[in-house]
Amino acid sequence: MMNCKQATQLLSQAQDRKLKLAENVSLKVHTSMCKGCRNFGTQMQQLSRLSNQFVKPNPKPDT
Amino acid sequence: MTTLNTNTLSGLDWNQDEAFMGELRQQMLKFAQLQLQDSYLAEDAVQEAFIGALKNQQSFARKAAFKTWVFGILKHKIVDIIRSSQRLVSNGASHSDNDEPPPEAWDQQFDDRGYWHLSERPTAWKLPEEIAANDQFWLVFETCLGALPANYSRAYMMREFIGLSTTEICQQLDTNENSLNVLLYRARLKLRNCLQNNWFDQGA
Repeated sequence: MMNCKQATQLLSQAQDRKLKLAENVSLKVHTSMCKGCRNFGTQMQQLSRLSNQFVKPNPKPDT
Repeated sequence: MTTLNTNTLSGLDWNQDEAFMGELRQQMLKFAQLQLQDSYLAEDAVQEAFIGALKNQQSFARKAAFKTWVFGILKHKIVDIIRSSQRLVSNGASHSDNDEPPPEAWDQQFDDRGYWHLSERPTAWKLPEEIAANDQFWLVFETCLGALPANYSRAYMMREFIGLSTTEICQQLDTNENSLNVLLYRARLKLRNCLQNNWFDQGA
């Protein structure tokens, strides 16, 4: 069974690529039982949103 | 020719704040330099971003709004420069810089079996909309970013700030997908932990 370290690695990669079906399934199994990793997954998305806000409002390049 | 005269931002008192402008410039330089690995290019990009921002003559009620605006312009300058110059980043960087980093403290959030230490287990974040306008929060955010090892934050910013694909970042950093995954993972793990400890656990 997947541990938290492996689960968080996949949760990070989910920000960068589409996970494979098998990865997704074992991740779901893990997060259904692990609140810490569930929170971690949400926070990966929140981090991404915050990073985006940090450099908003994306004006068009001034050429 | 537009000059870097902060008076162009009409009617606001903070635009006279040279300390703020100076500090902002330093932050932008640091950001650009980390991405471009070239102080001249970084200097140019920051200069152009400032000019671009001032040319638009927008009025910014808050410092934070102006800051995100210029950073947004800077981001686009950097993307242009990175995309137009093949492998610019890896040219200047020493090779060891790009090797997979050795395991270290980030690991200590997990026990020997790879499960969260109880004290390190992530608790849900309260993240209201208003946080975008909270200068204090962004200060913590920046500090946490600044605390990352340079190669972590470079990879992280390319991905999450500039929005390059992992393929593009691998090309720029002259590295492979697996190493990049490790870099991004550790950057996120550290950044998350830093924000947890210094903001969310503070009940702010």
